[in-house]
Amino acid sequence: MILAVLVWLLSIAIVVAFAIRRWWFPPPASAVGAEFDSYFGITAILTGVIFLSAQVALGWVIVRYRDKGGAAVQSHGNDRLEWIWTTAAAILFIGLGLITAGLWAKVHIEPAPANAMRVEVLAKQFAWSFRYAGPDGRFGRTSIRMVNDANGNPFGLDDTDPAGRDDIVTSTLRVPVNVPVQLTLQSRDVIHNFFVRELRMKQDAVPGMRIPLPFLANRTGEFEIACSELCGLGHHQMRSKLTVITAEAFADWQKQMLEQLRQQQ
Amino acid sequence: MSQVHAPPQGFLRRWIFSTDHKVIGLQYYFLALFSAIIGMVLSAAMRFHLVYPDAKVRLFGWLWPDGAPGGQMTPELYLSLMTMHGTLMVFFVLTAAPQSGFGNYFIPLQISAPDMVFPRLNMLSFWVTFLALVTLLAAFFVPGGAPLGGWTAYPPLSAIGEVAGPGQGLGMDLWILSIALFSIASLMGSINFLTTLADLRAPGLGLFDLPLTCWGWLVTALISLFAFAVLLPAGILLLLDRNIGTSFFVPSNLLVNDRLLDHKGGSPLLFQHLFWFFGHPEVYIAILPGMGVISTVLSTFARKPVFGRMAMIYALLAIGFLGFLVWGHHMFISGMSPYSSIAFSLITLAVGVPSAIKTFNWIGTLWGGQLRFTTAMLFALGFVSLFVSGGITGIFLGQPAIDLYMHDTYFVVGHFHLIMGVAAVFALFAATFYWFPKMFGRMLSEPLGKAHFYITFLGVYAIFVPMHLAGIVGNPRRYPDFKEFEFLASLMPMHKFITHAAFTTAAAQLIFLFNLFYSMRRGVPAPQNPWEASTREWN
Repeated sequence: MILAVLVWLLSIAIVVAFAIRRWWFPPPASAVGAEFDSYFGITAILTGVIFLSAQVALGWVIVRYRDKGGAAVQSHGNDRLEWIWTTAAAILFIGLGLITAGLWAKVHIEPAPANAMRVEVLAKQFAWSFRYAGPDGRFGRTSIRMVNDANGNPFGLDDTDPAGRDDIVTSTLRVPVNVPVQLTLQSRDVIHNFFVRELRMKQDAVPGMRIPLPFLANRTGEFEIACSELCGLGHHQMRSKLTVITAEAFADWQKQMLEQLRQQQ
Repeated sequence: MSQVHAPPQGFLRRWIFSTDHKVIGLQYYFLALFSAIIGMVLSAAMRFHLVYPDAKVRLFGWLWPDGAPGGQMTPELYLSLMTMHGTLMVFFVLTAAPQSGFGNYFIPLQISAPDMVFPRLNMLSFWVTFLALVTLLAAFFVPGGAPLGGWTAYPPLSAIGEVAGPGQGLGMDLWILSIALFSIASLMGSINFLTTLADLRAPGLGLFDLPLTCWGWLVTALISLFAFAVLLPAGILLLLDRNIGTSFFVPSNLLVNDRLLDHKGGSPLLFQHLFWFFGHPEVYIAILPGMGVISTVLSTFARKPVFGRMAMIYALLAIGFLGFLVWGHHMFISGMSPYSSIAFSLITLAVGVPSAIKTFNWIGTLWGGQLRFTTAMLFALGFVSLFVSGGITGIFLGQPAIDLYMHDTYFVVGHFHLIMGVAAVFALFAATFYWFPKMFGRMLSEPLGKAHFYITFLGVYAIFVPMHLAGIVGNPRRYPDFKEFEFLASLMPMHKFITHAAFTTAAAQLIFLFNLFYSMRRGVPAPQNPWEASTREWN
């Protein structure tokens, strides 16, 4: 009896804790993010209903069929019931998976538009670096032997390649709003993970692989980038920032960076 | 065969190097209990550090002079405690106790066999498991300490040695060695289980007449056989990469800590595939024996046969089979082909079907019964509640479109702790209360058992449900503190709540330990069949 009441109270408390959205996602910063939120909502409602019905039923049988000194109803099962709940569960669960597979395909299978701005992302213990191709639209050659973190060359840009002269390398990511961006993730040492909550986006950076990750941010703002794959003792400090700014502000910033590069060379 | 059960001579033969399945079952049980206590103490230390990251605790400094200088826990110590907690719990508790502990004790009794079919192999598999545990714990005491790569030990972090951090040297080698030994022991155990269940059943006892407990152990033994057979070589390859310079899992041109490594052409993803080919079925190794126990306990205390017995058997087989086809759902965001994610996803969601069948049939078993609320029954009912709560969030994580945010957040931590951790542990408690009279000839205290149950039941919900919410906010797992990120600051009150709930729940386990050891010697003597059960071990 106490257990039934406990199960009911707990189930209600759990549903309320989710439904009030006090602990929830930050507002999305992309169309994909908004779509994610709606699919999460559908899944939450469906599973919420199943969760609540199962817990309420459990509580109910505890109350209804507690030992009152009578005889139990002897039954070995019911094949028709088995077929009904098996089919219902299969349709619900697999149907849900089919519905949301489209969003997955949009993020990870559809290629980025040809005009997407390309940015290389390099992860290492325990920092992020980003590289823009600059006005020539081409990334310069790199070599692992040229890597020099102290001199601001985490990618190992080869300074004999003219294509690399205008490559901008930064430690935070800056992109213009409403412009498609194609990130290419790579790692220099162990596995890291690029996670931006507002974009609802998470992807491992694996050494030896170049993994594409397209996105389009539709509002300006500053968002934290968190490493989400255990990478060593500084994992929890591997933080960077994604700044989404207007196209004009981005053009100004790029000009400024190129000016700095010219002065250095 | 009569001499098999003749009492062996001398303490050593009888209690230490015993070939008696009952003694071996108890040995596994107490090995798991010991591991669970250590694992729980580690998690208490971790939970404390998460909410008081700057506290100096003299006990930490005394236990780990290098990892906690002056009592201040370092991130690497936190990560090594986390690694050891996961490893102890997954292997030495959730694999050892439900299958090897209770399985060894009760399979022969339930099929009226004199013993397991290979008693010496049985003894060997326990002692190899014991050696594995000693090897694992030794990692705490070697220079650099225990490894910090998590129980999943992904390379390159796990493959390149000390350059990846303290604990990644000798500690990591010991960890791999321990897992390899554990795999060998589990392979021996599963062969023994399968052969016993195939060959030593009482005349006329057909395979489909076996109680559901035996079906749980049977399917689990099958899973163990195929899963550990893959984990073992994965561990060996990792050892080779670390110690003789092969490159199975380490790609070319790694620059770690300003050092260029000379590995060539390995694949970090290959390890993940091998690991999760084992790792996902491992979840079912932990929970299927519990499902068998729960079916039996519910039916005994509802005074009814199990509802849909055949459906339950088919569901066990379906979970066991499908369990081998879903490992990729741990790798949706790993960089593997996004096409295969969709296939893995649909099969994963299909696992929800036999799981739902089990739940429906458990409720069907209770329906129309005359429920007797013993402590064993309470834990079984608690199991059903937790199984639903922990299982349902798998529907979120099984969809790659949702996982691409949820992966490696506290949502996942909450999910797997409820389903494979706490639900499986509830099944262990139910089994302990149910079979204690058979194992020790005495009864456990019911009032103490009930107090222990209610605190634990509320406690685990209070610990693990908030973790789901933290995951929705985006809280990554495996962070030694939450100081660096602005968005994590708002979660500190919640983390404090979780830590307090964890300490309360941990303290309640002392009630159980007292009950267990007190009742073993002083408990009320048990009648032959105290629960009026119908399976063979009581008659």
